[in-house]
Amino acid sequence: MADLSALLAPQDEASARSHGLKPNEYQIVLDRLGRPPNLVEMGIFSVMWSEHCSYKSTRRHLGKFPTKGPRVIQGPGENAGVVDIGDGQACIFKMESHNHPSYIEPRQGAGTGVGGILRDVFTMGARPVALVNALRFGDPSHPKTRSLVAGVVSGIGGYGNCVGVPTVAGETQFHKGYNGNILVNAMAVGLADQNKIFYSRGAEPGNAIFYVGSKTGRDGIHGATMASAEFSEGDEEKRPTVQVGDPFTEKLLIEACLELMATDWIQSIQDMGAAGLTSSSVEIADKGGVGVEMDMDKVPQRETGMTAYEIMLSESQERMLMVLKPGREADAKKIFDKWDLDAEVIGYTTDTGRLVLKQQGIVVCDIPVPPLSQDAPNYDRPWNAPKPAPALDISKYPEPADYGEVLLKLMSSPDMASKRWIWEQYDRHVMGDTIDSSQSGGDAAIVRIHGANKALAICSDCNPHYVAADPYEGGKQAVAEAYRNLSAVGATPIAITDNLNFGNPEKPDTMGVIVKAIEGMAEACRVLEFPVVSGNVSLYNETDGVGIPPTPVVGGIGLIEDLSRTATLRGLKEGDAMLLIGDTRGHLGASLYTREALGLDGSAAGAPPQVDLAVEKHHAARVRRFIGMYGVKSVHDLSEGGLAAAAAEMALASNIGVRLIAPPQELSKAGWAFGEDQARYLVVVPQDRREIGGNDFADLLAGRPADDFPCIKVGEVGGDSVRIEGVLDVPLSTLRAAYEGWLPRYMKGAS
Amino acid sequence: MKSAVIVFPGSNCDRDAQTALRQVTGAEPAMVWHKEGALPNKLDLIVLPGGFSYGDYLRSGAMAAASPIGDAIRAHAARGGYVLAICNGFQVATELGLLPGALLRNASLNFTCRPQPLAIATNSSAFTAGYKEQREVSFPIAHHDGNYFADAATLDRLEGEGRVAFRYIGNPNGSARDIAGVLSENGRVLGLMPHPERAMAGQEGGNDGVKLFESLMAAA
Repeated sequence: MADLSALLAPQDEASARSHGLKPNEYQIVLDRLGRPPNLVEMGIFSVMWSEHCSYKSTRRHLGKFPTKGPRVIQGPGENAGVVDIGDGQACIFKMESHNHPSYIEPRQGAGTGVGGILRDVFTMGARPVALVNALRFGDPSHPKTRSLVAGVVSGIGGYGNCVGVPTVAGETQFHKGYNGNILVNAMAVGLADQNKIFYSRGAEPGNAIFYVGSKTGRDGIHGATMASAEFSEGDEEKRPTVQVGDPFTEKLLIEACLELMATDWIQSIQDMGAAGLTSSSVEIADKGGVGVEMDMDKVPQRETGMTAYEIMLSESQERMLMVLKPGREADAKKIFDKWDLDAEVIGYTTDTGRLVLKQQGIVVCDIPVPPLSQDAPNYDRPWNAPKPAPALDISKYPEPADYGEVLLKLMSSPDMASKRWIWEQYDRHVMGDTIDSSQSGGDAAIVRIHGANKALAICSDCNPHYVAADPYEGGKQAVAEAYRNLSAVGATPIAITDNLNFGNPEKPDTMGVIVKAIEGMAEACRVLEFPVVSGNVSLYNETDGVGIPPTPVVGGIGLIEDLSRTATLRGLKEGDAMLLIGDTRGHLGASLYTREALGLDGSAAGAPPQVDLAVEKHHAARVRRFIGMYGVKSVHDLSEGGLAAAAAEMALASNIGVRLIAPPQELSKAGWAFGEDQARYLVVVPQDRREIGGNDFADLLAGRPADDFPCIKVGEVGGDSVRIEGVLDVPLSTLRAAYEGWLPRYMKGAS
Repeated sequence: MKSAVIVFPGSNCDRDAQTALRQVTGAEPAMVWHKEGALPNKLDLIVLPGGFSYGDYLRSGAMAAASPIGDAIRAHAARGGYVLAICNGFQVATELGLLPGALLRNASLNFTCRPQPLAIATNSSAFTAGYKEQREVSFPIAHHDGNYFADAATLDRLEGEGRVAFRYIGNPNGSARDIAGVLSENGRVLGLMPHPERAMAGQEGGNDGVKLFESLMAAA
């Protein structure tokens, strides 16, 4: 039996501080309760008001995101966003970080990140159909990086492979700014019928609260609080706050919940994620406008002697909380018995509006529910407007002696090199609907809607170098790049989820970056009609006072209405024409070229390219028309590494060379080959399409530019090298060795 | 053809097998939960699907082999019924004693998912007859424990009796003699690590799997 006396002791300001609550926040607790909280109550307030759960530093800025649109069924505020994809179906998706735990214990941290985001999606009634991950690691030469990569990849694979949801896309980058704080952002995408979507709202008083899934242990206690503070040297000691995942139980939980959801017995459902039983029960109570009374002795427990404090704050994985319609307890239990899952009634909803907890028959917590959410702090943190990096003066730097060597260097650089070593460890094909994954090298993954001729396109994007150099433009660019990637496979972009990873918001300079990045993203979402429907904020990614590069990751979803009209990087054939859509001005600031070829970093690398959102929209529409109307099968957007890198990737994917024209007179060789001007695409037109598609098409192939948008023929497919006339000519085999070689060699410890 | 897919807790390719069978046979396979002790009558084919039965927490396939449906699967095989055991199903089949050998951890120690070229080692089996003159196929692989192991005498016997159905071209996991799939003595049980049900046209996996199911249709 747990000794309860310590639980009941009134807690003072010092205790509040050790729980991460500021003195002013403690005062609000005193005011709302009219007395000091006991230990259980203190724990509950502290996690509910943690940065992780309350978004107290960013809430007022997140309100700037457009969150509505004709296809939006549910925007931010529920477990995940929901969009209409036609035919009575909905796509439910969200991205979430598991940065802090993954640094401390990479395998479990990354695995439970996948588990958590899956639960957010199937809690709403969706069958998860795809996983995506966005990873950032420290400098490859940092002593921890290699083992962190190995651990994170095995964690993501170990979890996703076992639950049987394909991991179809992702991105991985390296920078010394992540040495002490890696980023592990996982996105899950699910499908549901629109009339079968489940919410945390809707609970009515007087009904049973059902606990389902794994037993509660002491793992992950105060995980949400850990995720709301900086690291310092020696924090590996925090390992006990990292949760341990059990993907097998998650798989059973998915199947059991979906079986239960086929009935109409559920009133309200919430998974136990960050802050576990606390946040799930408060969420159900708050959204339903009801009270909750729970008996801690009824909670299935993995360890003995657990106190109410530990039970309420545990972040043990693979658990769900639901309120059933009256009289359905036995029916529901039958389903969970079939799947060998624990399912217990641990309490009831009430009409008191209070959260009441009992252990050993004694009331150990009795607090009003509304203050836990409504009175959560909402700070207007002071911020300094960031000063964008000055434009790069490229004339200060010597011209490379050999542009072929530069291309090889870019293609074998950690950010650009093939991530095959990673994605071959992920099951990309389970569920049988993967049309294109990382393996096919499209700009976005394509996952068929089961049994239909439609598909979802899915991508994740962020260029932290751009955001660091100019938070507003960089924020715009992250959204525009996702829009571009979806368009490049032939999809109509629908909506995004975001994962905002930043440093300490209590520093005005960092807060300024957060504010401006959000404003830039919001502007792009507005103009591109690409609303934010879900997201996550991860702050305090700092170690010993040094923050990560600002990394607002965008997870994009698009819809493909006809599966015969899609494009990838593949399919280039001898003689095909290569068209370049978009203006090339040779922008090299903040580019891969400046980092890798000139060795510049930070603001010395210059300002990032400007994003003209109207142009983005126009060009993306033209690209979708090329794919949708003309049946073009090979398209690639131009991003890091510019024209040369995009052409090289297409050549490698198709195993055939390309020949591109010399730089136009007004451009430098580097600007033409490696410039990162935005809103550009390479579109490959097969010879047999020349007579099809009307005049504009034939004119283009004859070398005449289109009159209503910038599009010129820049080359042809053929040969066995990547050649830019007068600039470079690199054999495909050399290029492939460079591109494919880096990561496997690095993971073996050889570089 | 009357078929059934056995669903273990942790199976995750059960729906893929169901979809493939529906596509080729035009009939709905029975989805049989492992706790059911009996199978539908007059069954031609059982599919043991891929996945992570019981999380692979003990030895892949070991727990599933001890589940209530185990005896019925053995009886079906003993009666001369067809069994297609894919990936985790192959592991279960060796644990059930339907096929010789065992599947060890991949030599690389990593989970590996990639398109895998295979040589068709015999085109006279009920599973491969439809490939006729075709000598090679590509099926996706996705496994952590696919390293086929058996003692030399057993391997010699399998080869001597024409019971190696598929061999890897470019061994991805360290399997003995590049073996990717083996047949039972009566040729009616096939265990293989690659996933033919993920190569049914339209997907990234291609369409080489269709003929395997068509072969079975013709045989059953």
